[in-house]
Amino acid sequence: MEHSSSAMLEVAGLSCSRDDRLLFSGLSFGLRPGQVLLLEGSNGSGKTTLLRILCGFREADGGEIFWAGRRIAESRYFADMAYVGHADGTKKELTVLENLRFALALGHPGQYSIDLALQKVRLSGYDDSPVQSLSAGQKRRLSLARLLVTHSILWILDEPFTSLDKQGIELIETLMDEHAKNGGMVILTSHHDLTFPHLGLQRIHLDSCP
Amino acid sequence: MPLIQAFFAIVRRDLLLAFRRRAEMANPLFFFVLVVTLFPLAVGAQPNLLRAMAPGVIWVSALLAALLSLDGLFRSDFEDGSLEQLLLSPHPLSVLVLGKVFAHWLVTGLPLLLVAPLLALFMGLPEQAMPTLWLSLILATPLLSLIGAIGVALTVGLRRGGMILSLLVLPLYVPVLIFASGAVDRAAGGLPTGAQINILAAMLLLALVLTPLPTAAALKMSVN
Repeated sequence: MEHSSSAMLEVAGLSCSRDDRLLFSGLSFGLRPGQVLLLEGSNGSGKTTLLRILCGFREADGGEIFWAGRRIAESRYFADMAYVGHADGTKKELTVLENLRFALALGHPGQYSIDLALQKVRLSGYDDSPVQSLSAGQKRRLSLARLLVTHSILWILDEPFTSLDKQGIELIETLMDEHAKNGGMVILTSHHDLTFPHLGLQRIHLDSCP
Repeated sequence: MPLIQAFFAIVRRDLLLAFRRRAEMANPLFFFVLVVTLFPLAVGAQPNLLRAMAPGVIWVSALLAALLSLDGLFRSDFEDGSLEQLLLSPHPLSVLVLGKVFAHWLVTGLPLLLVAPLLALFMGLPEQAMPTLWLSLILATPLLSLIGAIGVALTVGLRRGGMILSLLVLPLYVPVLIFASGAVDRAAGGLPTGAQINILAAMLLLALVLTPLPTAAALKMSVN
């Protein structure tokens, strides 16, 4: 089905309920290249659920999601998006390098080489350390390095700032900003307010959705 | 071909992981050896009885060892979020699943194949039955992994899925057990085993084609 809109990602009338409790309904928004969307809301307001619906892990109870004018199931959506959730998605017995090589084998090569991506997230020199020897913040940065080595236009990040220090948070914000400037898109949830004065920042407050 | 690359990347990663946690991976093999070696001790010095029981004992132990190893197939991937990343990969999940099952068989099925002749000798299985024992193991251990994968995929999201997994998978294992131990039994008696081996081969081919799809679908449900 074709769906005309200027937005790359278009969410129309999405609704979801859990255990007889309505989380959100009639949720619609669009995202254009270069935009960052921050989902806000109290605990249990459905932020993570919305992200999981956007990842296709969960079916919405109503509504549609379009990518470049087509339903996501019929589009290149899954080749164009990347997700970093609560769980890092890295294997703790493998080294940093092995984890990134595997991520690269699963997806399409992206903008950065593995070395460059590790430099970007300030993990160069850790190539051969097993992931279990890294600190929580370093693991987080490693899972974000995965976004850099694989091709992705849309980043979906669930609480990317947890267990990061001040420099780490700044680093992620810079990466998001660069990604947006290169025509990428970011959807994230966070309790931490973004300090970056990003121009394309949109906010959706889920508590206020009826 | 990116798809074939992804398939081998999964196999390589899982073999590497198995190598890094060797102790855990050796458990099913240890169990197999232990059960088979305990039988002669419990039954006593009755070579004829042991010889008659050998095909059944070896096959039941192999099957239980396979069942024991199943839970590890998707558990760690589910817990550390790797499974979500597999689901988001642009490659078809069923091919990636097949890669995981293949690696799992290399780690848990192949060792059984290597020690089985030794244990068969120990039980006094006639030499003429050895090739059939091997052939039945080569055909049926991958079959056990493939069928088991559906059950694991369905139960990986449950906190204590072990019991349900056995209940789900064991009935499907019964035909494999009947044909495999039947073949070895007949070979020990000097009878032809063509029918049993052919049926096992047919079941393996069917499972290779058919099981990755429901496994992939079940994984999607479990991640939900």
